[in-house]
Amino acid sequence: MARMTMREAISQALMEEMDRDPSVFILGEEVGVWGGTYAVTKGFYDKYGPKRVKDTPIAENAIIGAAIGAAMVGQRPVAELMTINFAFSAMDMIVNQAAKLRYMFGGQFNLPLVIRAVGGGGRQLGATHSQTPDAVFAHFPGLKVVSPGTPADAKGLLKSAIRSDDPVLFIEHATMYQVRGEVPEGEYLEPIGKSKIQRPGRDLTIVTYCKGLELSMKAAEELAREGIEAEIVDLRTLRPLDMAPVLESFKKTNRAIVVEEGWKSFGVGSEVASRIYEQAFDYVDAPILRVAQKEVPLPYNRTLEQAALPQVADIIAAAKEVLR
Amino acid sequence: MAEIIRMPKLGFDMAEGTLVRWVRQVGEPIQKGDILAEIETDKATVEVEASVSGVVLQHLVDQGAVVPVNTPIAVIGQPGESVAEPAIPAAKPGPAEAPRPASPATATQEVGVESAEAAPSVAEQPIKASPLARRLALEHHLDLKAIVGSGPGGRIVRRDIEKVLAATQAVPAPAVAPAAPPVSTYTPLPSPAPADTVVATSKLRQAIGRRLLEAKQTIPHFYVTHEYRMDSLIELRQRINAYLPEAEKVSINDFIVKAVALTLRRFPNLNAALRDNEIIQFGHVNVGVAVTVPGGLLTVVVRNADQKPLRQISSEVKAMAARAREGKVKPEDVEGSTFSTSNLGMYDVDEFIAIINPPEAAILAIGSAKQAPVVENGALQIGWRMKATLSVDHRISDGAEAAQFLQALAEYLEHPLRLLI
Amino acid sequence: MNKGQLLDWYYQMVLIRRVEERGAELYQAGKIGGFMHLYIGQEAVSTGIVAAREPRDRLITAYRDHGVALNCGISAREVMAELLGKITGMSKGKGGSMHMASVEKNMWGGHAIVGAHLPIAAGMALGDQYAGNDNVTICMFGDGATNIGYFHEALNLSKIWNLRVLWVCENNKYGMGTAVERASAVVDIRQKAEAYAMKNGQVDGMDVVKVYQAAKETIDFVRRESQPYFLEVITYRFRGHSMGDPERYRRPEEVRQWQENDPIGIFRRYLLENKLADQKTLDEIEARVERDVQDAVEFAEASPEPPLQELYTDIFVD
Repeated sequence: MARMTMREAISQALMEEMDRDPSVFILGEEVGVWGGTYAVTKGFYDKYGPKRVKDTPIAENAIIGAAIGAAMVGQRPVAELMTINFAFSAMDMIVNQAAKLRYMFGGQFNLPLVIRAVGGGGRQLGATHSQTPDAVFAHFPGLKVVSPGTPADAKGLLKSAIRSDDPVLFIEHATMYQVRGEVPEGEYLEPIGKSKIQRPGRDLTIVTYCKGLELSMKAAEELAREGIEAEIVDLRTLRPLDMAPVLESFKKTNRAIVVEEGWKSFGVGSEVASRIYEQAFDYVDAPILRVAQKEVPLPYNRTLEQAALPQVADIIAAAKEVLR
Repeated sequence: MAEIIRMPKLGFDMAEGTLVRWVRQVGEPIQKGDILAEIETDKATVEVEASVSGVVLQHLVDQGAVVPVNTPIAVIGQPGESVAEPAIPAAKPGPAEAPRPASPATATQEVGVESAEAAPSVAEQPIKASPLARRLALEHHLDLKAIVGSGPGGRIVRRDIEKVLAATQAVPAPAVAPAAPPVSTYTPLPSPAPADTVVATSKLRQAIGRRLLEAKQTIPHFYVTHEYRMDSLIELRQRINAYLPEAEKVSINDFIVKAVALTLRRFPNLNAALRDNEIIQFGHVNVGVAVTVPGGLLTVVVRNADQKPLRQISSEVKAMAARAREGKVKPEDVEGSTFSTSNLGMYDVDEFIAIINPPEAAILAIGSAKQAPVVENGALQIGWRMKATLSVDHRISDGAEAAQFLQALAEYLEHPLRLLI
Repeated sequence: MNKGQLLDWYYQMVLIRRVEERGAELYQAGKIGGFMHLYIGQEAVSTGIVAAREPRDRLITAYRDHGVALNCGISAREVMAELLGKITGMSKGKGGSMHMASVEKNMWGGHAIVGAHLPIAAGMALGDQYAGNDNVTICMFGDGATNIGYFHEALNLSKIWNLRVLWVCENNKYGMGTAVERASAVVDIRQKAEAYAMKNGQVDGMDVVKVYQAAKETIDFVRRESQPYFLEVITYRFRGHSMGDPERYRRPEEVRQWQENDPIGIFRRYLLENKLADQKTLDEIEARVERDVQDAVEFAEASPEPPLQELYTDIFVD
């Protein structure tokens, strides 16, 4: 096992896949000469050159559209959206083209592209640069949506995403690049579409992913000091959603909370709770609570921003409430 | 062959059009491409061209008519021709009806006999309980009305059910036959007088209280007493027990359980429960035996008592009572009884009246078997006599049947060899 | 171009015309649903362009795609079946009129969102550039698409990255119901390419020979110079934007005037005047088209609907 940051893990995944498969190339804003605005592709331009590391104009439709076209004719592009907030400028490309072209043409071609996007708030970047619209993209059949919470998962899942013949939206978090974790040595993959128990427990089930995982693990430590053992199920993939470990956990604990950074209304928690009610109704001992961002655009002011974002304290409070 | 002209679909969302004006009249010749009629849609008035040449043979709709798309509106052909469907088959019906997905079998199952007897009675207000608690209550034949909820807003949750089940796991009580009460010694009243002692009622006590209060208030009880000649049974018991080790000796109550079970087979109406206007006469005979535990009372159940030999009944009751004493009662020990018995014989009680365990039809209260002066064949003798009082739900049964039951029971208790055949 | 090829062009153009006309009839009979955009009047454009390409050159177009599909060699049967939503359609009935494609024939659709296929076209050229070949991607679109964001992003990208794209604008004077003068700041559409320092040209789209020559030249240019080229093709559609268009935005006289310039008529005159064919040959071709179209309609009508399981296929590879 090696210990590394999320940034290093993602960078390694990209490099390993580019070394392994010459059809893999990167395109996006400032990915080349600048080295990536989150330094993920630092050093790539020097190593692979402008053919495989392409700086694009500020033109998201062109970036994603070009990735789609190149994938259609047999390459494996990894497009980067500097932030997922810019995905809205290419919404049609993502949800109308990437998610649907294969279906509309009766499966005549594959679209093996990956769109890496950075989401999340907490850096005072203002409302339009701080969103977590994951649920919006997970809504569309035809697009896989992956969002890891640990460096090990980030590396393994990105490698799988690049090797997948389906279009994958790979969502990273702006404040997690320096999170450290143990990563297996050597070649390994993590499966897309499989949730994972990151922390076993017996008193309640916490379902979460990405930033929510980081916060939930901290909350679980504190809860443990009070004798409450939380089981944490990390979704890792939003579409396709793997409910099996969630349901198995819930049938044991009968109480659950879902933690996400997006807004509560029409969010990931709504979907997870709904499925638990549908598939484990007779195991429900309390309503399922959702911990999410307050229903406001994220403000610039630091205190206000933190007040709007879900915090460890919110998770602890929800856990205790659900155990009442 | 004459051609049918239909109302054309002129837009993706057009459902019907108005035939505003016939441009070519019946009998007029018409070439392909000539205007046949003017049609109005939501969006515009459009000219419709003939798709074949010939003579307009028929107008099938009038001017001004509003016609759904694809409806025949005219016939064009050669004079004298008859109308026929065009060579190309008519518009195919829409995509095959998707087979309706089988809806998940919604359970309006008949509540089984087993659960009917334990189904919680319909509450006037909805009881607040989590889905899990409801399921557990159903599985363990517990009455939600008898359970206090500790969840938010008084919701009954899993731990409350578990507590009820574990309430039987209280500190072990002395054996079914408790020790004789200690002889009281004179204790002078302390001065000043002691304060009242407040004893908190156990959950079990509360549950029993609620249940039996309801029974007393809602069931029209009546009572019939019968005195049994117990001589033969007592003698048979002695002889049987000579063959059995100490720990396995059978008690009088064991005989009674078997006798009651066999008699119930002949009186299915007393092995029953009332549900709305129907009497459910149970298929099994599961005889309940009341057992004293600290904080209350538990009824352990001998299932299918009519089919079990005496020895098995005896060992089961012993085992269940032991579990009750040790606080390790299992759910199946206490659920599913179709008729209850209560024996206070060990307390030197002549007779007593028991309260029916709802929703059962009846309960038999058994007093002590004691020697008494009796009249036999006109002469005064000493005989073993035992009184038993049957409490019955008058909605289900009546005096005559109750009396006949008790008489029939005598056939077993007074001729106990019958229990062996 | 030899005589055989030219007669084949005639067949193709008449085929397109008749397929579109039969399609319109079937639509009005309620057998085709949704949107349907007829290519009647524009047959020379796609015929000339597809004739000029090498098989390895890729074609991608917008939703007025039946003509392009037929020119690329997709059978009339498959086109009709797709229109009727049958499993035998080239997109298994799941795409419909606007999503006809055949990877095998290097025809990549058939796209419904105005302008959205332009960045994708740039991407296809990017993919080919990455692979190191000299395939040309021919991207066809209408005048309306030249005002939307995708157009600008795609053209710009193709120029700065030297992508081999032939951008073909079929200027039929109207973007849906809005005349070019009302929608575009620049009426001479080819001028828009100047904004990207892109070589551009214009050709009469009613004359298949002229279209072919222009296409040949410009495809060669793109391939040789590894640079995009913008070709504006002046054409006209004789029917409305799509079925159900009441055409309030243009006068019937204008339509009639253009119909005198019917591309099929123009080409027929060319063949006859240049003694490349006689009336009898052309009539035989037209009769063959009738038979082939009738066969296609019968095939499509007799084909089965897609089974319900098809609802769930082709979403993901796994």
